[in-house]
Amino acid sequence: MSRNSLLLATLLALFASPLRAELQITITEGVDKAVPIAVVPFGLQGMGTPPPLDAAAIVAADLARSGRFAPLDRKDMLQRPTTGAEVDFSDWRIQGSEVLIIGRVVQAGGDQYEIQFQVFDVLRGEQLLGYRQPATTQNFRRSAHRVADLIYEKLTGVRGVFSTRIAYVTVNRTPQRTNFRLIVADADGENPRVMVESPEPIMSPAWSPDGRKLAYVSFEARRSEIYVQELRSGARKRVSARPGVNGAPAWSPDGQRLAVSLSRQDGNLDIYTLDLNSQMLTRLTSGSSIDTEPAWSLDGRQIYFTSDATGGPQVYRVPAEGGSPQRVTFEGNYNARPRVAPDGKQLAVVHNDRGNYRIAVVDLARSSTQVLSDGRLDESPSFAPNGETLIYATRDGARGVLATVSANGRIKQRISALEGDVREPAWSPFPVN
Amino acid sequence: MTRFNAFAALLVVTLVTACSGPSRSTVDDGTAGAGAGGAASSGMGEGGMGQGGAMDGSAMGGSALGGPGASQENRVVYFEFDRFDVKSDYNAMLQAHGRYLSSNPTARLRLEGHADERGSREYNIGLGEKRAQAVRNVLLLQGAMSDQIATVSFGEERPAVIGSDEEAWSLNRRVEIVYGQ
Repeated sequence: MSRNSLLLATLLALFASPLRAELQITITEGVDKAVPIAVVPFGLQGMGTPPPLDAAAIVAADLARSGRFAPLDRKDMLQRPTTGAEVDFSDWRIQGSEVLIIGRVVQAGGDQYEIQFQVFDVLRGEQLLGYRQPATTQNFRRSAHRVADLIYEKLTGVRGVFSTRIAYVTVNRTPQRTNFRLIVADADGENPRVMVESPEPIMSPAWSPDGRKLAYVSFEARRSEIYVQELRSGARKRVSARPGVNGAPAWSPDGQRLAVSLSRQDGNLDIYTLDLNSQMLTRLTSGSSIDTEPAWSLDGRQIYFTSDATGGPQVYRVPAEGGSPQRVTFEGNYNARPRVAPDGKQLAVVHNDRGNYRIAVVDLARSSTQVLSDGRLDESPSFAPNGETLIYATRDGARGVLATVSANGRIKQRISALEGDVREPAWSPFPVN
Repeated sequence: MTRFNAFAALLVVTLVTACSGPSRSTVDDGTAGAGAGGAASSGMGEGGMGQGGAMDGSAMGGSALGGPGASQENRVVYFEFDRFDVKSDYNAMLQAHGRYLSSNPTARLRLEGHADERGSREYNIGLGEKRAQAVRNVLLLQGAMSDQIATVSFGEERPAVIGSDEEAWSLNRRVEIVYGQ
């Protein structure tokens, strides 16, 4: 008991402590078809504290990282307009930029700012978007990502995910000890924060639909237990510590229930739903097969899961209120850990591709499988909330790293930490305002 | 893999011979098995070690094959890829552990199931649990009581060997027998 309180105190002390080790993101494939754009350094307006960060640089980096845009190097810019009146489109046409983004950071006193920006179609000489994004010293980076989100949506028709976040697990091994951490960082790898740290395994982080909580599995008691933790306060609650396996939490779309895999007394892993308010369990599968890795359909009526009922693991689905399971995947001898795409039409799975474990998407209507990744031990796919990109865990030599791939397979990136293994990425939902 | 099985078989033969011999005399001092393997279980000294009632040698803690004094080699069961059936190579060893539990009702052990790193993590938790349950069932058939045996699965999270080749994988697909839980 006292040991647990001590552990909890340690965990709370660690919570929200900033980390030095940031993720490094490299685009490995797909930049050649990017649209040339120019993001001019934003001007400064007003008296007061200068902004803590370079907003235009954050916006340019976000757009470049999408793989769909290639920002012009600042030192090659012939002019640096900060207002519409200063723009000479012919200069930008000569340089081949198709889109021009300019802006001003207005110092509004104290820690308050406003990022004003304009987006121009260079060829037509027209403004596409003009917007004012409020910001504070505290949330300046997040606000700059919001600017990039709005620009991305205007240019592509798809909502940007630059202001979303990624949860992941890191492992550092020394001869003396192993250290597991659950970390939440901005989608660009900046701002990493330790949510929990433990010498025992931490697994399976899952975002609540409102993006305010994470469910995960911790072995801190030398057995699997499921916790739910609030991001902002760090407060956490143990929601399942039944005998046997407590694993694979997945939030229902309304945030009221978790689908989980439990083995309980009989030792068989089955899918259950756990009502977080009443703690009531509903059993959805039975029998001696390994049934695990549940994922809810968008409407909350079905639960997809992995089962080895026919030998190797395949994906099945079962009505969330109970019913008979139906097999969903048929291609190949290993399809596991389904994740439902934001449009509900595809599942991302771990798929055995000629002896290699790779990320594949299964089209639910046509039941066809497309392999997206090219590693040997790829796992844990997670969709960005706009469905354009998946993040997953892969290897760089012996090290665990993260990678992203666009849902069409064309744009690939590698994300590695400065030290240790990184694994089990989970992309957050869109921020709720 | 075949090399390893041959080694395990050889070990079983050696230890079966050993347990009928002088190891019996080391029971009472609580260091049973130390001479055979030198490996000490964390649970040493707990359970039925102090009881002198069991007269059948195979049921006592002195065996290097079964019980808390078992050598390191006799506290691990290895599995094939994506399988959780216990190979017959382990019959003698699990029989010894089962008989020890049956003769020492206060003894407790924990079966820790593991998987290799391939495939998805929670499915591997399932495989580790199935493996631990399979070993548990063998021990129950040997007369152990269900409340003597706890199981836990670590899936691929706690590899015995770091590596991504067949040899490392074969050493990581395992159930570890830990006395004293």
